[in-house]
Amino acid sequence: MYLLWDSWCGVCFQKLANIDLQHTICTFLLYIYIFYITIMTSTIDDSDKEKALSVSVDLNNDTSLLIDIPDALCERDKVKFTVHTKTTLSSFQKPDFSVPRQHEDFIWLHDALVETEDYAGLIIPPAPPKPDFESPREKMHKLGEGEATMTKEEYTKMKQELEAEYLAVFKKTVQVHEVFLQRLSSHPVLSKDRNFQIFLEYDQDLSVRRKNAKETFGSFFKNMVKSADEVIISGIKEVDDFFEQEKTFLLDYSSKIKDSTARAEKMTRSHKNIADDYIHISSTLSSVSVDDNTALKKHFEKLSDLFEKLRKVEGRVASDQELKLTELLRYYMRDIQAAKDLLYRRARTLADYENSNKALGKARLKSKDVAAAEEQQQQCLQRFNKLSESGKRELTSFKGRRVVAFRKNLIEMAELEIKHAKNNMSLLQDCIELFKSS
Amino acid sequence: MAAEMEPPPLGDAGQTDFREIEDGEGFFVSTVTILESPEPSSPDPPSMPAEGISTNGPKQEDISLDDDPEDLFAEATEEVSLDSPEREPILSDGPSPAITPVTPTAMLTPRMGLGTAEMFERSLDELEEDESGDTFDMHIAVSDPEKVGTFNTTSMTIFSKNETTVRRRFSDFLGLHSKLASRYLHIGYIVPPAPEKSIVGMTKVKVGKEDLSSAEFVEKRRSALERYLMRTVKHPILLKDPDVMMFLESSELPRAVSTQALSGAGILRMVNKAADAVNKMTIKMNESDAWFEEKHQQFENLDLQLRKLHASVECLVCHRKELSVNTASFAKSAAMLGNSEDHTALSRALSQLAEVEEKIDQLHQDQAYADFYLFSELLGDYVRLITAVKGVFDHRMKTWSKWQDTQLLLQKKREAESKLQFANKPDKLQQAQDEIKELEGKVQQGEKDFELISKTIRKEVSRFEKERVKDFKVVIIKYLESLVQTQQQVQHIWVWIPIGSVVGE
Repeated sequence: MYLLWDSWCGVCFQKLANIDLQHTICTFLLYIYIFYITIMTSTIDDSDKEKALSVSVDLNNDTSLLIDIPDALCERDKVKFTVHTKTTLSSFQKPDFSVPRQHEDFIWLHDALVETEDYAGLIIPPAPPKPDFESPREKMHKLGEGEATMTKEEYTKMKQELEAEYLAVFKKTVQVHEVFLQRLSSHPVLSKDRNFQIFLEYDQDLSVRRKNAKETFGSFFKNMVKSADEVIISGIKEVDDFFEQEKTFLLDYSSKIKDSTARAEKMTRSHKNIADDYIHISSTLSSVSVDDNTALKKHFEKLSDLFEKLRKVEGRVASDQELKLTELLRYYMRDIQAAKDLLYRRARTLADYENSNKALGKARLKSKDVAAAEEQQQQCLQRFNKLSESGKRELTSFKGRRVVAFRKNLIEMAELEIKHAKNNMSLLQDCIELFKSS
Repeated sequence: MAAEMEPPPLGDAGQTDFREIEDGEGFFVSTVTILESPEPSSPDPPSMPAEGISTNGPKQEDISLDDDPEDLFAEATEEVSLDSPEREPILSDGPSPAITPVTPTAMLTPRMGLGTAEMFERSLDELEEDESGDTFDMHIAVSDPEKVGTFNTTSMTIFSKNETTVRRRFSDFLGLHSKLASRYLHIGYIVPPAPEKSIVGMTKVKVGKEDLSSAEFVEKRRSALERYLMRTVKHPILLKDPDVMMFLESSELPRAVSTQALSGAGILRMVNKAADAVNKMTIKMNESDAWFEEKHQQFENLDLQLRKLHASVECLVCHRKELSVNTASFAKSAAMLGNSEDHTALSRALSQLAEVEEKIDQLHQDQAYADFYLFSELLGDYVRLITAVKGVFDHRMKTWSKWQDTQLLLQKKREAESKLQFANKPDKLQQAQDEIKELEGKVQQGEKDFELISKTIRKEVSRFEKERVKDFKVVIIKYLESLVQTQQQVQHIWVWIPIGSVVGE
């Protein structure tokens, strides 16, 4: 199998090398190329993956249901994931199987879970974000335009850099989808969901079950209702201290974390820009050294080398920061939203309960339909209590999860920064030695 | 300005009358007489009555890069009498756009009220002369730009074994450069170019904006002037030039009027430049000396490459500044996040993260400065120097063409003379023969000039190359060391998180 891929790869690469930046063809081939790279690297890069998964810590410890996404294919704009399940549960037809899924299928699953009444008291893991290749694509475009002004090696290096970026985005999106599934599978209640099973097992295309136009409109409407909910929530008088606190906290925290995520993204992007600048500097230095025939020739060569190495380190710094900090913040931003959704649902049931109380009162006054009203009220109360109970549990465990994840990531990031700084320092000092000695 | 031998601002303590250097360019009316400036100096507490002899020990250090730009920003309240009739708008030569005459007059009126004066004070460190007299060590430090009236004045100190401080304006520097250029360029010496005028920067400064960009501008200019002077005095021939000596020593200089771009001299310069450009295209030199051909090509290439490198480094500086800004904003938002976090340990951790990022942001800023002042400015200087070198090569071409022209003329005259011999007109013949003698002399002179300039250029180029190698090496080592410093700091700063690791149970 690998051999086949290898030769395919070779062909792709050759094609890439020969073709002048004809945008669409090139991107298409690039995607295919990347796909093959991903396959080959995803099996090797397990340690990397593990680090990446640390955004959410309580994943598959239970081996009865193991899910992963071993490969993915990227065509044009669509990414096709291969979801692979290994299970010992009897509810599944086979112990080991794989199905192809698209991003929209994940969204369908998420929405189906959200809409299930029974899960109203649970925090539904947030849906994975749509794969976004916008930024590398833009860069690719700019690279094509700037091709004339760069030397050949500079161009190759920039292209490599760009390919690495595509690859990084790709890996990230695979990982985010994987984490979503794994959180579901490790949840005691959600893992037993019928829709989840269908998602994992159904070997035909799921599009029949996906939203048709009416449903999409319906969900749009629901979103509007949700924002109205936010207003209601803030208005409702909370009976329980715990929830009161949580509400205040979550509302505040969610806006702050959104802000932090945006700024962290800007920061990471600046780091990447600097790494790119180093590429240009390095290649210009090497062309200066070619022409120079004074004692500076060697120096320029060394300097050019140095910058090349430095930029690799800078690139790692940027990507590590991205992974540990920005991804962390992004992920918890979405998670906090899911927790807020739980609060909303609970608040709605509280509102329902209060309404049913009022209705009961009215019924008693009119002495009409009292029994029905009582029944209604009891139901509402029950629902409300159920939600409150499970909500409390979920929110507490959520907090624990969040704290642990932050800690892990922050420590890892600090360690990586120190490691990279040490690297940088040793590179620089070597170069200085060379300069001083010659 | 006679009284203006203000000693260098010792310790820069609260020199509230530091003003920024203002160039005679831009809108400023060069009319401000310097005499009025004593005003600002009076409130100056640490100012010593000593006549421009700065005796402090610490000043002898090469304070070149350490001068605190913060000093620069005090607005002077001086009144300077603007009396001179020459209200010529000063244009900057080179790349800056021309200002229409309208603007300066508009600017004049507000200026008159404020009359912010600006002076640069530079103090030079000692000059030690060796026995040989050939080599010497001179450190020039340009410090404490002060706003005094509409001119910049800077202090410079130099002189045998002493430190002296003099005040010079920016236009004085330009004047010096133009004198040196007119005297030496055409015989083949590479005269270092002076820093350029910049309209935008100067306007900001003059308008009295005390923000970061005008501080940076002043600092940039100050260090550029310093490097310019250092290069000039490193040149053995230039140093001996009387104008240079005068510039460095005398307490008062006649105002350099000819640096104003729209004055007669300025226009003449522009016309000359245009003529030169045309000439360059038409002169086809017969290069007999392969060395020159090769060197010329080399310098062309070097010019291109350095420009490209300069552009890349400027990009780097820009991005690093951006990074620092973004890091600062992230730090703030992390602090807010930490505040709203209800788990105490995590909240503490987030606050620590915020502190760390703040420090990192400061680091990035410092690094950006180093990037700029060391690397980028070096490259910029050399781009300009190479332009000067190319100019010298061009002069050689001009000399050659002059010589050739004289030769041709001689040829023609000889033919005319031989014709006259046949025509037998004795007086005209005599005249022709005299002319021929004269021309022969000129041809010989032209040839000698050409030889001389070629020889000089060879020497100069080799000196230039040596200097270049030294310069680059020194600066690059400094720059790399600054990078090392930054990385070290990064390590120290990040150590806090795992140590304070906090979200502990």
